[in-house]
Parts: sequence; structure tokens; C-alpha cells
Amino acid sequence: MNLGDLCNLVDGTAVCGAGRLGDSVEYAFASDLMSDVLTIKSTDFILITGLANIQSLRTLEMSDASYMLLCRGKEVTPEMLELAEENDILIITSPYSLFRCAGILYSAGLKPLY
Amino acid sequence: MNLEYKVEGGDFTSAGLASSQIKKILKQLNVDPAVIKRVVIALYEAEVNIVAHAYRGVIKAQIDGGGINLILEDEGPGIPDVEMAMTPGFSTASKAVREMGFGAGMGLPNISENADDFNIETTVGKGTTLRIGIKFR
Repeated sequence: MNLGDLCNLVDGTAVCGAGRLGDSVEYAFASDLMSDVLTIKSTDFILITGLANIQSLRTLEMSDASYMLLCRGKEVTPEMLELAEENDILIITSPYSLFRCAGILYSAGLKPLY
Repeated sequence: MNLEYKVEGGDFTSAGLASSQIKKILKQLNVDPAVIKRVVIALYEAEVNIVAHAYRGVIKAQIDGGGINLILEDEGPGIPDVEMAMTPGFSTASKAVREMGFGAGMGLPNISENADDFNIETTVGKGTTLRIGIKFR
């Protein structure tokens, strides 16, 4: 799925890494538990989360993953922005809940990892 | 190459800094990205464990052509039941740790899954030492 299309589907805003909105991603994983995210072997996924702190970005950095969808209108902290910029990570924020975002994107063809 | 990093218990803002720096060094050494991912996931989980559970700790990394050996020594409460701690889903993490996105009970199982060699030495009331070995090939 094209990330620009994904952003539109969830009424999202790219707050960092907007240059990557032309990229495509095939899989998604929705979780607020970072150790669950760290079990993923693939690097081709977007993390859908409500966890707005620096550890969600660290988790993406360690996972070699590049895309985050932050739900429920959570604010991105300056520390998150700094780390996202350093690692060229795209952060999209959405006013929708994690459940609603996941439902919309699953229906639109984004695939689950498990 | 020998590296050493200090880790402070409770400091979630800095948690992951050592893992991040070791990741950059392994990239510069042209280590296979799939191997780097295994190293940094095991290391990051172990680093977060020190921040989440211990008072302070030290991470030592020894890197040579064949692989990386990581030693994580902490001063902390120790692990009363290692077998239980290794059970996926079991966690003693505090509410504050869970709010940071950890405490799913997957930390030690994740480390074990990614390591070629993994050993835990722990003394209740004193602290824990993890040894993690990962080969580059």
C-alpha cells in the first residue's frame, strides 16, 4: 500500500519524514507493547500504535522499520521527532482510534504479519 | 574492539542509547543487517530490563571478526525464579514500565530467541549478569 494513500485513509498528517509518503508497505502490526513488536523478523511493516514516547521510536530503530502510525490524536514529543529524523522514519498521526485505523487499513488490503 | 556503557535504572529517556550506538558501529563494520537486527533486539531488550528493574548497570561489548559478546551486569533485585522469568508472558514490571510500552513478559524470551549463546547469572538482592553471544556468520 502506498503510504500517501494510507495517510489519506486514516485522515492522517505526516509530522515527520513526509518525503517517504511515496514509499509502499505491505504489512502492519498494531500494538502498544514494544516487546511484541520486537518479535517481528520482517522490516517491511508499519507500526500502528498509541504509544507516544521515545521507546516506540527506539523500537522501530532496532527493528530496522521505517513507518509509524500514531493513533488517537496523540502528540509527537520533541525527543520522538529528533530520533525519527535521525533514522529517516515517517510518522503519521491520526485522530482515529487504533481499532478504527487497523480496521480501515485491513479492509483496504494492508496485510497482518501473523 | 571493546566498548562500555553505563545504564541508569529508571531513566527511560536514555534507554536504548547504548543499543543505538552499537547498531551504528556494527553497520560501519558492514555486518549483515539481519545479524545486526538480532544483536540490537537482544541488546535493547536487555538494556530496557536494566532500566526497568535494576538500580544501575554496565554494558560491555566485545566485537571481533567472528561475532559479538555482550555482558550486561546490573546492581538490582536479582531474579528469584529464572525459569518463570523465561516464560513468555510472565512479567513483574511496574505500572510505570508498562506505560513505557514494556512489561509484556517477552524480554528474556526475545533475547534467547535472537542469541546464539545466552546465559543468566543472578543473585537475589544483589543483581543479575546476562551474557549474550551472537556470531556474525
